[in-house]
Amino acid sequence: MPSELARQVLDGSPRALARVITWVENDDPRAVECLEILYPHMGRAHILGLTGSPGAGKSSLTDQLTHHFRNAGKTVGIVAVDPSSPFTGGALLGDRIRMSRHAGDPGVFIRSMATRGFLGGLAQTTDNVVKAMDAAGKDVVIVETVGVGQDEIDIMRIADTICLILAPGYGDIIQSMKAGVMEIADIYVINKSDHAGADQLYTEVNSRILQDSQIRKRDREPPPVVKTVATEKRGIDDLMAAIESCRCQLKESGALLEKRRERIRQQTFQMIQFALFQLLEKELAQNGRLDRLVDAIIEKKENPYQAMREIVDEFIKVPAG
Amino acid sequence: MAKKKLKIIVAKPGLDGHDRGAKLLCRIFAEAGMEVVYTGLRQTPEMIVEAALQEDADVVGLSSLSGVHNYFFPRVVSLLKEKDMADVLVVGGGIIPDEDVSSLKAAGVAEIFGPGTRTDEIVQYIEGNVAG
Amino acid sequence: MADKTELEEIKKGRETWEKGPLNKALSRFGERKKKFTSISGTPVNRIYTPEDTATLRYQTDLGFPGNYPYTRGVQPTMYRGRFWTMRQYAGFGSAAETNARYRYLLEKGQTGLSVAFDLPTQAGYDSDHALSMGEVGKVGVAIDSIDDMRVLFDRIPLDKVTTSMTINAPATILLGMYLALAEAQNVSWDKVGGTVQNDVLKEIICRGQYIYPPGPTMRLTVDLIEFCQKHVPRWNTISISGYHIRESGSTAAQEIAFTIADGIAYAKACVDRGMDVDQFAGRLSFFFNAFTNVLEEAAKFRAARRVWAKVMKERFGAKNPRAMMLRYHVQTGGVTLTAQQPLNNIVRVGLQAYAASLGGCQSLHTNSYDEALCLPTEEAVTVALRTQQIVAEESGSTDTIDPLAGSYYVESMTDQIEADVNEYIEKIDARGGTLQAIEEGYIQKEIQNSAYRFQKEIESGERAYVGINKYQMEEPPPENLLRIDMSVGEKETEKLKALRAERNPDAWQAALGHLREVTKSGDNVMPAVIEAVKARATVGEICDVWREIFGEYRPKEFV
Ligand SMILES: Nc1nc2c(ncn2[C@@H]2O[C@H](COP(=O)(O)OP(=O)(O)O)[C@@H](O)[C@H]2O)c(=O)[nH]1
Ligand SMILES: [Mg+2]
Repeated sequence: MPSELARQVLDGSPRALARVITWVENDDPRAVECLEILYPHMGRAHILGLTGSPGAGKSSLTDQLTHHFRNAGKTVGIVAVDPSSPFTGGALLGDRIRMSRHAGDPGVFIRSMATRGFLGGLAQTTDNVVKAMDAAGKDVVIVETVGVGQDEIDIMRIADTICLILAPGYGDIIQSMKAGVMEIADIYVINKSDHAGADQLYTEVNSRILQDSQIRKRDREPPPVVKTVATEKRGIDDLMAAIESCRCQLKESGALLEKRRERIRQQTFQMIQFALFQLLEKELAQNGRLDRLVDAIIEKKENPYQAMREIVDEFIKVPAG
Repeated sequence: MAKKKLKIIVAKPGLDGHDRGAKLLCRIFAEAGMEVVYTGLRQTPEMIVEAALQEDADVVGLSSLSGVHNYFFPRVVSLLKEKDMADVLVVGGGIIPDEDVSSLKAAGVAEIFGPGTRTDEIVQYIEGNVAG
Repeated sequence: MADKTELEEIKKGRETWEKGPLNKALSRFGERKKKFTSISGTPVNRIYTPEDTATLRYQTDLGFPGNYPYTRGVQPTMYRGRFWTMRQYAGFGSAAETNARYRYLLEKGQTGLSVAFDLPTQAGYDSDHALSMGEVGKVGVAIDSIDDMRVLFDRIPLDKVTTSMTINAPATILLGMYLALAEAQNVSWDKVGGTVQNDVLKEIICRGQYIYPPGPTMRLTVDLIEFCQKHVPRWNTISISGYHIRESGSTAAQEIAFTIADGIAYAKACVDRGMDVDQFAGRLSFFFNAFTNVLEEAAKFRAARRVWAKVMKERFGAKNPRAMMLRYHVQTGGVTLTAQQPLNNIVRVGLQAYAASLGGCQSLHTNSYDEALCLPTEEAVTVALRTQQIVAEESGSTDTIDPLAGSYYVESMTDQIEADVNEYIEKIDARGGTLQAIEEGYIQKEIQNSAYRFQKEIESGERAYVGINKYQMEEPPPENLLRIDMSVGEKETEKLKALRAERNPDAWQAALGHLREVTKSGDNVMPAVIEAVKARATVGEICDVWREIFGEYRPKEFV
C-alpha cells in the first residue's frame, strides 16, 4: 500500500521511511508512487555532502556534526554510501559504527547504502533516498560519499553544501585528488589536525584555492578552510560556523534557488530520459527486433546511424517548428 | 526492478570485545552477495533493533562469547516483535551451550550456530530462510 | 655454521640424495600434500640442513643465556634454577566471593594474586549502566568504587602479596584504588608490588575493551608508567600483549611484530615524556600466546627476544641489559580449543605448554579443556595446572637451557620469523608509526586477512583440524557445565545507590573537578585519580570525566 506508507512517512514513522527507501533502492515501482505523494514535502532540508578519501574522517565528522545539529534542535538524516563489490555484488557497510552514540535518538535516522555498481561516489538512487528523508521532515540530511574513486563529483547533483575532507597522510594529498574534486567543495576540512603534516596541508590547500581559477571564478571570497580533530571534538564549532554561514549566504544570495533550479532541471530531464529509455528498450527487445537489427548491422546490411534515426523518428514525434 | 539484495545486520550485543568471528562472517556474507551492516561492539538490544529498523534488514545476526546470550538474544527478538518486525530472521552464534539452544529457539531465535560451524552452512541457512 | 668446504660437501650430498633416493620415493609414493605450511602459513621445507643456517653466527645471533641478544633466554640458569611461575588467572562474581578465594589461596602458600575484572569495569562503566546489563560479575569481579576494592583485599596485607590486574583503559583508576588501600593499611608504596596490563593499543587492535582514542589513552598509560617509576618502583607498569592479537587470528610472526610495534610506541611515548629508557624499560613486560605447532612457537619466542633486544639497543640506545630483555608471560591458545571432543584439548594444551617451556617463558597459564564450552569447571582447572606441572617435572625440557638451539629447522624458522617481524616494523614505520598504522586499520586488516585465510583453509580441508574437519564424531551434549549467577548485577546496583547517597558530595565534586583540571592541564593524572577514588568517585564517573575531555574511540570497522 504505497500511499498508506507515504502517509506514514509524513507522520514521522521511521519504519515506513525505511521501507520506502528499500523500494527506492530496488527500483520497485511502488517507490515512484510514494515519491509522488512525498513530493510537496521535499525541499526543506539542508543537504550537506561530505566527500574525501577513505579514512579521512567522513564518518567521524558526520557523527560530530550530527551531535551539534541535535544540540541546536535540528533533526538529522544520514545517508552513508559504501561500495558494492563488482565481483559478488555484496557490500560491507560499516559507517554506522562511528555514529552509534546517536542510537536511541528519534531525531536521527541513519541509512547505509551500497553503490550497487554505480560509480561516482553514490548509488544511483541516493538522490531519491535523500529526498525521502527530506520529505520525512529531517532538517538536515548528511550524505557521506564512498570516498574510493577520488573522482566523485556526483555529490554536486545532490548537496546544497559540500565539505571536502582532507587529512595528512602519505604522498601529495592534493595531487592525488582527481581533477574536479578540489573544485566542487564549498568548505575544505583539514581533519586529523592532531597529526604531523596538518599545518603543511593547511597551507597547501589555502594556496591551491587562491591559485585555482575555477574556484576563484566561482566565489568572490575564498572558501573557508577549517582544521578539525574529529576524534577529539576539536574544530567542530568552526566547521559548524562555516557550514552555517555557507547556508546563509546560499539563501541570501539566491544561489540556493539557482542551484536547486538547475538540479531540478537536470533531474527532471534525467527521469524523462530514463523512462523513455526503459520504454524503448522494452519495445525493441520485444519480438527480437533489437537482435535482428544487431544482426543486420553486423552483416553490414544496415548501418547503425541510420537505424538510430529511423527508430527515433518512429517513436518520437517532434512537432515541426 | 533490480534483484532484491539480502540485507543483514551483524551485531555484538553486550560488552564482549571478541569480534573475530563477527567480522569474519561479515566478510563471508558480503562475498555471498549480501549487503552487510556491521554495528560494531557494545550494542544494546535497543540499538540493534533500531539499526535493523532503519536499515530495513532481512536478517539480524548476533554474536556473543561472554555468556550473555540468554539475556540478549530473546530481548532482541521481542523488541523486533514490538516494532512489528517479526518477519526479520534472527540467528545467533558464539559460545552457546547446547542446553541453552532450545530455550533460545523457543524465544524466537531461528537458529544457533556453534563454534566450528562451516560458514557456507550459515550462508545457506540464511538464504533459505529469509522471508519473502 | 659449517665451514665452506663442508657446505660444498653437504650441497653435493643433498643433490645426490634429491636425484636418487628422494626422486625415486617421490615418483613412487608422492607426498601427502603439494605444499606444506605451518599453522601460520609459513612454507615448511622438506628438510633443513646446515645450508639453511650457514649465515648464523653463534655469538652474535644466539649468545649465551642471559647475554645479548638473549635468543637463548634471559637468565643464565633458566629452568635449572627454578621453573616458570605457574600463574592461573581466575576471577568471578562479587568482591566478597573473590576475597574468600584469595585468602584460601594465600593460606595454601600462594603469594601472587591475579585479578580478573568483569567487562563493565574493563570498559569503564559502573554496574548500573545500561551497557552493563547481564555482564556484571560475569567474566571477573565487579569493582565500582574503592569500597569494593576494600572488600576484595580485606585482611590481605598488601606488602606481603603481589597482585596482577588485567585492566587496561581504566588502569590508572584501579591502580589508584590499590595504592589508596595500601596507604590505608599503612603500607608505603615502595613496598607494593604487582602488575597492571595497561596495554590499551591491543584493546584497540583486537580485544575491544577500549574507551578513548589512541592519543589520549596512551597519555594515561604513560602517566601510570611515569608515576610508578617515581613512587611505586616495584610495580610492573605494563604487560604488552600479543596474546589477544593471536587469538583474533594473526600468524605467529604477526603476533610478535604487532606486539613489538606496540612496545615501540609505548617506549617512544615514555622517552618523549622525558623518561630514561634504562630506567623504565626494565619494567615493561610482555604477554604471548602458545599454539599447538610446537617448533614454530618455540622459534617465535626465540625470535621475539632477539628482535626486542635489538630494538631497545639500536633504536632506543638502551645500555642497561635489563632494559633489553624480553620477559613474558604465556597463556595457551584459547581459540585452538574445540567444543567438539573437548578432552582432545588436554593434548593441545599439553603441546602448547611444552612449546612455552621450550621457548623460555617466565610464567605460564594453561587453559582448561572445557573453555570452548563454558567457564572452566574445577576438575578442568586442576587438569590444566597438572598439565604444566607434568611438562615442568617430567618432560625433560627444563633440564637444559634452550634445547632446540642449533636445530637446522628451528634456527631457520627463528630467522624467518625475525625477518618477517622486521619487515612489518619497517612497514609500520613507513606509515608514520604504530598509532597511525592502527588508526588507518592497517594492523587490524593484516590480522583479519590471516583469520580469513585460516578459516578458508579449514573449510576447504586444506588444513586438518581434529574434530572440526577430520575425525568428527557424533557426541552427546556436554553436561555439568558451570553457570554463573545473574543476581550479582542487582546487588551491585543497590550498593552503588547507597554509595551515591552516603558519600560527601562536596568532596566528591571537588575531587572530580580537580581531576578535570589536571587532565586538561596535561599534568600527570595519577595523584588526582587517587584523590578522586578516596572521595569515593566510581570507575564510571572518573571515566566519564575523561570521556568528556578525550571523546570516545570508535573503531575502524572494515579495512
Ligand atoms: N587522530 C585522528 N584520527 C581520526 C580523526 N578523525 C578520524 N580519525 C580516525 O580515522 C579513521 C577513519 O575515520 P572514518 O571517520 O571512518 O573515515 P571515513 O572512511 O572517511 O569515513 C578512524 O580510525 C578514526 O578514528 C582525527 O581527527 N584525528
Ligand atoms: Mg566512512
